[in-house]
Formats: sequence, structure tokens, C-alpha cells
Amino acid sequence: MVIGGSIRERVARPSNRAMAWFLGLGALLSVSLAHALWFGLDGADPGHGVELVRELGLSDLALFTEARYTRHLSLADSHAAFQDHPLALDHFPTASLAAPPEHLRNPHVAGD
Amino acid sequence: MLQAIERQRYFIDYSLSSLARRRGKNLGLLTVYSLIVFLLASVMLFTQSLRQEAAAILKEAPEILVQRIAAGRQDLIPAAYLERMGSLRGVSEKRGRLWGYHFDPAIKANYTLMTADQHQLPPDGILIGAGIARARGLGAGDFLSLRGNDGKPAAFRVEGILPAETELISSDLILMAEPSLRAFFGIPDGLYTDLILKVSNPREVRKVAEKLTLLLPDTRPILREEILRTYDAIFNWREGVVFVLLMGALLAFVIFAWDKASGLSAEERQEIGILKAIGWETGDVIRMKFWEGGLISLSAFLLGYLLAYLHVFFADGFLFEPVLKGWATLYPAFRPRPVVDGLQLATLFFFSVFPYTLATLVPVWRAAITDPDSVMR
Repeated sequence: MVIGGSIRERVARPSNRAMAWFLGLGALLSVSLAHALWFGLDGADPGHGVELVRELGLSDLALFTEARYTRHLSLADSHAAFQDHPLALDHFPTASLAAPPEHLRNPHVAGD
Repeated sequence: MLQAIERQRYFIDYSLSSLARRRGKNLGLLTVYSLIVFLLASVMLFTQSLRQEAAAILKEAPEILVQRIAAGRQDLIPAAYLERMGSLRGVSEKRGRLWGYHFDPAIKANYTLMTADQHQLPPDGILIGAGIARARGLGAGDFLSLRGNDGKPAAFRVEGILPAETELISSDLILMAEPSLRAFFGIPDGLYTDLILKVSNPREVRKVAEKLTLLLPDTRPILREEILRTYDAIFNWREGVVFVLLMGALLAFVIFAWDKASGLSAEERQEIGILKAIGWETGDVIRMKFWEGGLISLSAFLLGYLLAYLHVFFADGFLFEPVLKGWATLYPAFRPRPVVDGLQLATLFFFSVFPYTLATLVPVWRAAITDPDSVMR
């Protein structure tokens, strides 16, 4: 292990291999960042999606299509989870993922 | 300067050979560590991408949506309300939207039926979202039969399929001509599902909404900013829920890593004793162990993050699909567009690399300041 040894010695030195390993991972990280900048939302045009939203006046994403109050989250009324009949417990898994209304989570914010 | 670098490189050489002596244990640690970073980074990248996508698409949603509320529920709104509004200052366009839901027992899925006058569809013609086309195996020219409001089946000819890149908003959509939709749902003329208003100046939106609630007290205006806020909150919430679910795994890892990093094995204590006995200083031992912890945690961070990037943006985040899908049959097939938030990346780096590296140092320092003879024994 001497400075400027033969190529085989340099390759065999653990710190050189570690450097190569981190340079490789660092290069991949840079590629991922460049990829995000190039193909990400900043660089790309949302395209047809925006046109369709403008044309039809759409208000929601079609992510959760199982119930009407999860399909159109922004249009559901304030007590949407129990709207089917009194005391109807909500049984759709999505509702456990969607947040309760702002005025319930944060009573200090004036209700809209 | 060169000498200082060369000195650190010798420490790294020694640390790596020391790690290689306990290869199995350290590889196991690296794998679990990378997996934890992978899960956290996946959640972070996926939700960030969805949040940005929702904001980018829905920024063109109508500025104000007006629903009629009857007995606490949304009801059909008469077209006459458009005239009752009169000419509101700042409103550049107002029109009724006609849409509704239809449950298809054939595939147990809910469709969203909507009118699209711009497409000038024939009375029996429809445009369908790519999700429906996939679920029902339909293509242009095929017929889709749905049971109408009167109980009779209505056959519609698929005129086309909405572009696949719009699937995030159009997966479950069926677009048809207004008279066909009225006939199908049995909605008489003069009634709409809701109304939309376009307001050119964003500062006037709230004022217009206030005027609306005075003019039409039985209506509820929904502003675009509320829609955007709803989606932002939903994705924050989801991120939070997944993090809570991950908390168990995270805590298990913290215990494992703490145990590994802070409790020195007899072998390691002996090694430190020998190093001290042959002339290493306390600072040198700590530096060597710092490199050990640093190399492992930095590798785990980079590996975990890169795998998460591949998982979310190249494999469509397939691990999260069951969580997101819920009970929905028509789940949109979409590829999240890559978004990397520098602050989030820095936070992940800080919380994944530093605690482990620091945890390795304390016990080493404790062992290194004691007498070599007693440590070796």
C-alpha cells in the first residue's frame, strides 16, 4: 500500500474501491436529479390533462372511484363519510387515507 | 494537505478491512438500512409527485363551482339560477354541468357520466376513459350496454377512448351528448348537476362567492383554491398515514442499529485495545470508527434513495398501488412524473446518515479512553 504503486495495487486498495463505489452512486444520484429536472413537471407540459380539465370543468382526480364522496373529494359535503344513511359507518379503505376536513383538524382556522 | 488526505485514506482502508472481517453482519445491516431508506424515500417521492401532478392539472379547474343544497345534501340545480345570478362583475363565463354516477354490476365499478358538447357526439355515441376500456375490454367501434334510469338497457357506441396520458382525471369517465345523458338518468330539461363560473381576476373570486351566497342562499360555492387545498391536504395526510404504518419497522431498525452501533462486541473492544496498545491515539480510533459508520450509512442512503427513485418513477410505485387503490375497480394506470424536492432530500439525508454515524462514536470513545490493558482483558 504505497502512494503511486502499480495499477493492481491501486485497484486492490480498499479506499480506492470505496471511492469508485461512491463515485458510481453519486453519478447515479446526479443522473436521477437530471432526469427529474428534464422529465419532471417543471420541464414538461401537463398536456391533454389540463385541456380536458379546462374543457369539461373537472374538479377532481379519478384516483379513488369506489364511492361518490371519494371520487369527487372536493365536492363531497362536510359529513360525507356518513351520508348514505344515519349512523352509516364508513367502510371504504380510501376514507382512512383521505384527511378529515380542515375545520375539524384545525379548529382555529375559520371554516369555509 | 495531501498528507492529511492520505492519512484519512489509510483510516478508510483500515475501516473497510475491519468491516470485511464481519462481512455477513455488516452486509445484513446495509441491506436492512437501505430497505428502510427505500421505503421512506418511496413514500416521499410518490406523494410529492402526486401532489405536484394534482396541482398542475387542477390549476385549470373552474374558479367557482356552485352546488344546490337541499336538506343538507347536494341536489340538482335549476338552470334558472344562472339567470338569478344576473351579471356578476368579474365572471367571464357561467354554465351548467351535467354529470352523474353509474354503477356497472358487470365489473362492479362506478363510472362518472358527463356531457361533452364540445365533442359533438351522436345520440348513441360515447367517449370512454382508458380505465373503462381496459376493464371492459372495449375499443373504438364496440358497444357498451348500460341499464338506464327506466330499467331498460341502453346501448352506446364507443366513438373513441380518451388519451391515456389523461388517465389520472379521466380513467372512469364516459362522455356523451346532453340529450342522451338526460334520457339515461331521467333528468328533465332545465336542471343541471352543478354550475361552474369562470372568474378572470383571482382577487375577485371570494367577492363573487360572497355575492352568490347572498343571491342564492340554498347554494354552496366551492372555490378552486379549496379544491387545490383539499388535494394538498389529502396527500399530506396519506404521507402521514403511511409513515405511521412504517413507524413499527422504523423503530425496529432504530433498536437494531442502536444495538449494533452502540454496543461494542468483545471482539471490537479487544480490537480497540490492541490498536491503542500499538500506539493509536484515541482520536485515531474514533476517526476510524467514524469512517465505518459513515461509509455504511452513506451507502445505505444512496442505495435506498436510488432504488426508491426506480420504484416510483420507473416501476410506477407498484408497492403502493394496493394502498392507493382501496376498493376501486377502475384505478388509473399512470406513471408519476419525477419530482425531487431538494429540502426533502436533504432531510432524508440528515436523518438517515447522521444518527447512525453519531451512534457509533459514543461507545467507541468510551472504550478508547479506557486503559488498553483493561479493554483487552
